Amino acid sequence: MGMTRRRLLAALAAGLCAARGAGARERFITVASTTSTEQSGLFGHLLPAFQKKTGIQVRVVALGTGQALDMARRGDADVVFVHDKAAEEKFVAEGYGLERQEVMYNDFVLVGPRDDPARARGKDIVEGLRRIRAAGAPFVSRGDKSGTHAAELRFWKVAGIDVAANRGTWYKDTGSGMGPALNTAASLNAYILADRGTWLSFKNRRDLDIVVEGDTRLLNQYGVMRVNPAKHPHVKQAEGQQFIDWLIGDDGQKAIADYRIGGQQSFFPNAQR
Amino acid sequence: MNEILQSFVAATALVSQADARLIHIILLSLQVSGAAVALAALIGMPVGAVLAIGRFPGRESLIVVANAFMGLPAVVVGLIVYLLLSRSGPLGVLGLLFTPTAMIIAQTLLITPLMAALTRQIVEDAWCEYAEQLRSLGAGWVDSAATLLWDTRFSLVTIVLAGFGRAVAEVGTVMIVGGNIDGVTRVMTTAIALETTRGDLPLALALGVILVALVLVLNAATYWIREAAQRRYG
Repeated sequence: MGMTRRRLLAALAAGLCAARGAGARERFITVASTTSTEQSGLFGHLLPAFQKKTGIQVRVVALGTGQALDMARRGDADVVFVHDKAAEEKFVAEGYGLERQEVMYNDFVLVGPRDDPARARGKDIVEGLRRIRAAGAPFVSRGDKSGTHAAELRFWKVAGIDVAANRGTWYKDTGSGMGPALNTAASLNAYILADRGTWLSFKNRRDLDIVVEGDTRLLNQYGVMRVNPAKHPHVKQAEGQQFIDWLIGDDGQKAIADYRIGGQQSFFPNAQR
Repeated sequence: MNEILQSFVAATALVSQADARLIHIILLSLQVSGAAVALAALIGMPVGAVLAIGRFPGRESLIVVANAFMGLPAVVVGLIVYLLLSRSGPLGVLGLLFTPTAMIIAQTLLITPLMAALTRQIVEDAWCEYAEQLRSLGAGWVDSAATLLWDTRFSLVTIVLAGFGRAVAEVGTVMIVGGNIDGVTRVMTTAIALETTRGDLPLALALGVILVALVLVLNAATYWIREAAQRRYG
């Protein structure tokens, strides 16, 4: 009894030490990024390559774009990697971020029931939304100030539809991340605007399918920027810059282009150097 | 139904593969919640004992607060600890946000009231029984509290298990103050949440099955050890 107990304790202690050892002595930066990049698996593909080259571990906290920028405003991140140009430019203009660099793009897709009751199918996102409105078909919104949410609101505005007035009827504001919102849309058999990366890696699709894609307005641009040390002196400037340089350099751009979900390229590098 | 069965199969497969990342996630869950429950017991149990036998102004209010805070929402505790540990917060210079230490702090805060409130109940019951005896022996507050805590130790084990159960099963605080960073602060519950958001419901549920199984094994082990100890020393 005594012997086994001692062995059990030793095993437990060893396990705890192993858990603690990981990540303790490494150089690392914290990156505030979006659920779309994390949940599509892109970071799982990019970060090991960067760490292998530089020895810097990248700790990603995945939030909606609005939340990610707020986290950086508080000084809790070294680098921001998000997709809402207007919000990013505001972030830089306020002095929280340094020079914004474009990294890559993918696109948004309008997802909806395969049998398309609102007859929204086509290549025109604005026309598609108008038809959803006309049919009163259920539409699920992220409603979380994310980049995708901001894009969705822009499209409704262009379509001349005031969604705020329709909240709680056909327009369902879920206040959730891309994945949970897609889960909701799948259960309600509703329309939803999604980024292609998350859609491609999303498994619980049920009867949902892409309804509108290929409209040039659906372009989804990702930008990266360092948090301004003038606001937050503790940010890791050198390491953060190394990460950005890698992302917009040849190696990073190639790694982005090489990433496939189910055989399909999901992000397209377009850094301007 | 099929999906639920599928996830049990997936859970078995995950365990049999003993994937290094999964093991890390499991160990981190046990480490964070284990440390939190130990700290909460160290703080909460003496507080509970003092609340049980002490007679001082404000005692009743403290008991009510401890009882009410047993139901503290995890997200609220998470937010408070986040704001404290954020770089813009009062403890920001420590750089603890998004570390396992931050998760331990948050869970300790979450379950300390539970420890204090339940300990108070158990020790107070014992105090009713032994108060005369302890007084006649000339035991002061501190001695009485220590004696009663020792005497009720087998009942207190159940409280520790309750605290551990709440800590290891919660997702609200660890998601906010840990950030669910892969390989650093990802624990069982945040991994389940992540797989749910990715729409991989069978995998999410498989992880859930593993978590519940772990808690079951731990409770069974504690139960038998307690029985054996009670038989020998009880």
